[in-house]
Amino acid sequence: MKNEQAEVALPLIRRGRDQNLARLLVMLGVVFALMAVLRPEQFVTPANFGSMMRQFPEYGIMAIGVSLTMITGGIDLGVVGTANLSAILAAKLMFAAVPRGAPPEQALPYLALAVLVALACGLACGAFAGLLISRFEIPAILATLGTQQLYTGIAIGITNGRPQSGLPLLYSKIGNTEFFGLFPLSFLVFLVVAVGIAFLLSSSRFGMYLYMLGTNSKAALYAGLGNTSILIRTYMLSGLLSSVAGLIMMARANSAKAEYGAPYTLQCVLIAVLGGIDPSGGFGKIVGVTLAIFILQFLSSGLNMFNNISNFYRDVIWGGVLILVLVFNRLLSQRAERRAARRGE
Amino acid sequence: MASTVLKLEGIEKSFGGVRALKGVDLEIGAGEIHCLAGENGSGKSTLIKVISGVHEPDAGWIEIGGRRFTQLSPIEAISLGVQVIYQDFSVFPNLTVMENLALNMELMDKRAFMNYRRARSIASRAVAQIGFDVDLDERVENLSVADRQLIAISRALLQNSKLIIMDEPTSALTKKEVKSLFSLIKELQSRGISILFVSHKLDEVFEISERYTILRSGENVAKGSTTELDHRAFAFHMTGREFSAESYRPAGPRGEPILSVRGVSLRGCYSGISFDLAPGEILGITGLLGSGRTELVETLFGITQPDSGTIEVRGLPAKIRSVKDAIRKGLGYVPSDRLTEGLFLPQAIDRNAVIAVLDRLSNGFGFLRRKAVAETTLRWIRELSIATKDPSLPVRTLSGGNQQKVVLARWLANDLSVLILNGPTMGVDIGSKYDIHALMRKLASEGLAIIIVSDDLPEVLACASRIIVMREGAFVRELDPASTTESVLGELSTGVA
Repeated sequence: MKNEQAEVALPLIRRGRDQNLARLLVMLGVVFALMAVLRPEQFVTPANFGSMMRQFPEYGIMAIGVSLTMITGGIDLGVVGTANLSAILAAKLMFAAVPRGAPPEQALPYLALAVLVALACGLACGAFAGLLISRFEIPAILATLGTQQLYTGIAIGITNGRPQSGLPLLYSKIGNTEFFGLFPLSFLVFLVVAVGIAFLLSSSRFGMYLYMLGTNSKAALYAGLGNTSILIRTYMLSGLLSSVAGLIMMARANSAKAEYGAPYTLQCVLIAVLGGIDPSGGFGKIVGVTLAIFILQFLSSGLNMFNNISNFYRDVIWGGVLILVLVFNRLLSQRAERRAARRGE
Repeated sequence: MASTVLKLEGIEKSFGGVRALKGVDLEIGAGEIHCLAGENGSGKSTLIKVISGVHEPDAGWIEIGGRRFTQLSPIEAISLGVQVIYQDFSVFPNLTVMENLALNMELMDKRAFMNYRRARSIASRAVAQIGFDVDLDERVENLSVADRQLIAISRALLQNSKLIIMDEPTSALTKKEVKSLFSLIKELQSRGISILFVSHKLDEVFEISERYTILRSGENVAKGSTTELDHRAFAFHMTGREFSAESYRPAGPRGEPILSVRGVSLRGCYSGISFDLAPGEILGITGLLGSGRTELVETLFGITQPDSGTIEVRGLPAKIRSVKDAIRKGLGYVPSDRLTEGLFLPQAIDRNAVIAVLDRLSNGFGFLRRKAVAETTLRWIRELSIATKDPSLPVRTLSGGNQQKVVLARWLANDLSVLILNGPTMGVDIGSKYDIHALMRKLASEGLAIIIVSDDLPEVLACASRIIVMREGAFVRELDPASTTESVLGELSTGVA
């Protein structure tokens, strides 16, 4: 009786999937060791770590958004468009409201308002995608390909395609604050997002709904989960995270532009898949996604240190890694199924 | 005995943790009509799929036309003359009769392009074999169930078949159609074709087949000549228990109706349906596939909205616009297809069991109270004796009966007033079937109102306090199970006296 209680007390902690985490940790270690050995004087330096910490939060936060939608069995290819559109709206508002050279105490309320507008824009962008996917039953991959194009198009339209620079100094000052002289604000935002979303997925009702809906949307319908509302909320969350990423990008570049971060879309999908999010939905954890973000950042920063590897090869590498990971995961799950079948006998 | 067409020995097959076949033997002679009988979940379908090359057996061998195999591919099976007519006939409803008939031949000949002249000649030859008069250019979706079956049979005959396997061929046919099917089967037999007739309806087994094999829980329990079999022995072999005509009488309705349905209609599905349901009642709704029985209960559960009519819960008009609405009104629904509609198969047992009651197992901020989740899971695993050691295992590792109990647990953990079960024991082993029946009775005696939708007539007769027969979207008649029989129900469902 006591034993049984103890056993059933932790039923929500999933076993078996942790193999994936172990694999990712090994991969992270291997990539790190490789770079450290090949480029010791460049890779293992405080400067490099500082720059990596400033680079990954923007796409890392979008990758977490993409991961959420993939857990529901969908995908969000509109994250970059949402990020840029949100940032541009915020920039426009700042230009309009804050006179050049205004003192901080005058600028601050408008900056806060601009941030809120950006976040609201992210929510709205996500809600629209979610509506297309849930109410109109458009496959997520097509719906968000459309929204990506749409949001980017609107952003180009508003700005005539020109970068929006000359933001109030205060914005980039706040955006590039370093805590303890080490951690950029964007890194801390990423940590809060990652921990918060991980907790949401593992411990909330909404999190469990996401996994269940992603596993079998028909059964979710019959269990009364309210599929439409769950999907819309998921894409809103992804949109919100995208707008946060957009604000970070704007702080780093000290400007906003409709076409910033175009390669991030594929990178986010790659991170999600590498991190163990099941592309057909229902499984995956944020811990894995976070490790995948680190792996990619190490790879990316490391590759920069090889002068003979042109940036043009980057797409080949990312595309190749994505396909390899997909094939590898498929093979692994086939093996797991065969094992389960044998054990069942 | 004449020469053997098909011989199986020691066939074993497991899925996940479930042993579907535990060493089954089967032998069919040339020109023989052989009946494969067994209850739902006895392994009949798995066995058919082993013969037709869909499933690879884990052990045992298959001998067809003197050649011995340890496994077959579907193409090999077809080229050896084995054809299966599945319950859904595997026809393409959006294609014409001609296309349906010719497609397989074209594919077998590995042709890249369709030649319509050749297709027409193939198709007319196919229907001529059985004297089937049909417009070759009609779309199959416009044909009756019986005609679709004839198309499947004609198509099977094109392939020079030696053995035709029919999986529950009568389940959606009227009496008259069954008669003509049977004369067609005899006709095929006279041409030397063997038939494996899969059924769980004993009358049909006696009428059509010469020899039989009965499976129960994946094992051979009896075989022999049909003439030496009587009803009693047949029932015993099928179920494994002596039939003491279950004389369960539900306590009957108590007090005011909890659910009142007044003239609801849904175009193309059902029309003018009215009934009352009171606490303590078990209402049985029976009818053929396509009689509107599933559509009706899915409307009650908020999956579809009726075009007209009203639904009252506890005497108050209830607008049930979504499943959530239905759940709020105290309704629970166990869908007919457990695997695709009921369960999240790769997810854990506990998640499957609590998914509909998470509102009550989480705090005000929407975070789960782990202890409450664990306690609820544990409670229902015990209460329904769900056989598992570890509720964090995927629900697909459970047997059919235990899976069904998990779906039940999901609703019972709620404060239910009305429980609707669609095919409550479909594909469930005998033991669990017994458990589920006992559970329904207990729940009814505790004051739950229950609707069971089932075409398992003995089940309806044994469990319901009241039976409504549906045909073509309408209620045909309401009956008292104490004073009716299976054959009356069967006649009312098919509309043929």
